[in-house]
Amino acid sequence: MCVAVPMKLISAVDGLGVVEISGVKRNVGLQLVPEAKVGDYLIVHAGYAIQILDEKEAEETLALFKEMEGLG
Amino acid sequence: MKFVDEFREGGPAGSLVRSIAELCGERSLTVMEVCGTHTMSIARNGIKQLLPEGLSLISGPGCPVCVTPNGVIDRAIALAGEKGVIVASFGDMLKVPGSSTSLDKKRAGGGDVRVVASTLEALQLAEANPAAEVIFIGVGFETTAPTVAASLMTARKRDVRNYSVLAAHKLVPPALRALSSNDVKINGYLLPGHVSAVIGTRPYEFLVRKYGIGGVVSGFEALDILQSVKMLVQQIISGETKVENQYTRVVKAEGNPAAISLMDEVFEVCDSEWRGIGAIPSSGFRIREAFATMDAAKKFDIYVEPAQEAKGCRCGDILQGRLQPSECRLFASTCTPENPVGPCMVSSEGTCAAYYKYNRNEHA
Repeated sequence: MCVAVPMKLISAVDGLGVVEISGVKRNVGLQLVPEAKVGDYLIVHAGYAIQILDEKEAEETLALFKEMEGLG
Repeated sequence: MKFVDEFREGGPAGSLVRSIAELCGERSLTVMEVCGTHTMSIARNGIKQLLPEGLSLISGPGCPVCVTPNGVIDRAIALAGEKGVIVASFGDMLKVPGSSTSLDKKRAGGGDVRVVASTLEALQLAEANPAAEVIFIGVGFETTAPTVAASLMTARKRDVRNYSVLAAHKLVPPALRALSSNDVKINGYLLPGHVSAVIGTRPYEFLVRKYGIGGVVSGFEALDILQSVKMLVQQIISGETKVENQYTRVVKAEGNPAAISLMDEVFEVCDSEWRGIGAIPSSGFRIREAFATMDAAKKFDIYVEPAQEAKGCRCGDILQGRLQPSECRLFASTCTPENPVGPCMVSSEGTCAAYYKYNRNEHA
């Protein structure tokens, strides 16, 4: 089951991090995203971060949606 | 929630739906999604009902629990009956009926079966219970396999000797190869978001080269899926099939190199049995010899009776898009989420469970 909600990394020590979403905190393994930094939004699967959300790309997709809305 | 709510605003949905209808016209097209979370999102958001009649979205083998054959479940159940063994598993495996019973029933009968949300928890369980053998049931696609690989690496580093994994991981691209040479005609694929976050978009290129079928890696929100369907229809009607990426905020062409290298260190590719589909060459992972002491299949030599499938269950045909759930005689009669006969009704992201929850009344 994929969790499509990106979670914000608020601390990271020795390959183990804490992410936060709507005030709820969870532990996550960071071994698969060694480059993750506090403040990054992470995609978490089965207790491990598997990718870092690319904020610039997210904004571009949203801008595209906005443009389509204008056409709608 | 940042990066969630913005993608759920309804704004461009109408415009996307209209342009898909215009592009499609009177054509008959079949698009398959191969991710259980896409199946759920499509059902929950009523996306099928928004699309033109000629455009059918069908579900493929995207639910990890559903494609796990009975033989693996039977082995997990047998292990749970061994003295001093704790079987640790993701929750959705527990109710899956094996040949004669389930992990859940085994637990009710005294077997030590624990639900964990991650391999981090399974490993903690092993460290907290040094006298017991903790066996994690490793099912799932390329999304879950790296998390299992990470746990084996950690167990080795910390010298945890009572932790092992019964590995039954499945790989998505070989399943797409099998589906593409099948009798069900598929015009394009909605490719899984998080499997692709790990493996990238390149492992799908053979679809275009060998079968002339394109695909779009899609995010999970309704707008993501509608945009991906539009991209797919555009490429189908223009005849320029390709592998495209709609989920650029998460998926890179090269995937996640750290996860790929960890999987490669721990696992090797093997032929694998898929429920209902049968053996697919090079479609699974087994634990490498270097990690044999943590491979439950080698560590525990137990006899398991040959597997049997439930009578009348059509999960195999449903997993290949050959049948819709409502075409199975057991659907919503003998087989319900409370009393599932086949795995597609057990897991919340199984095709039958999603239909039961969101679309049942249409078929009643």
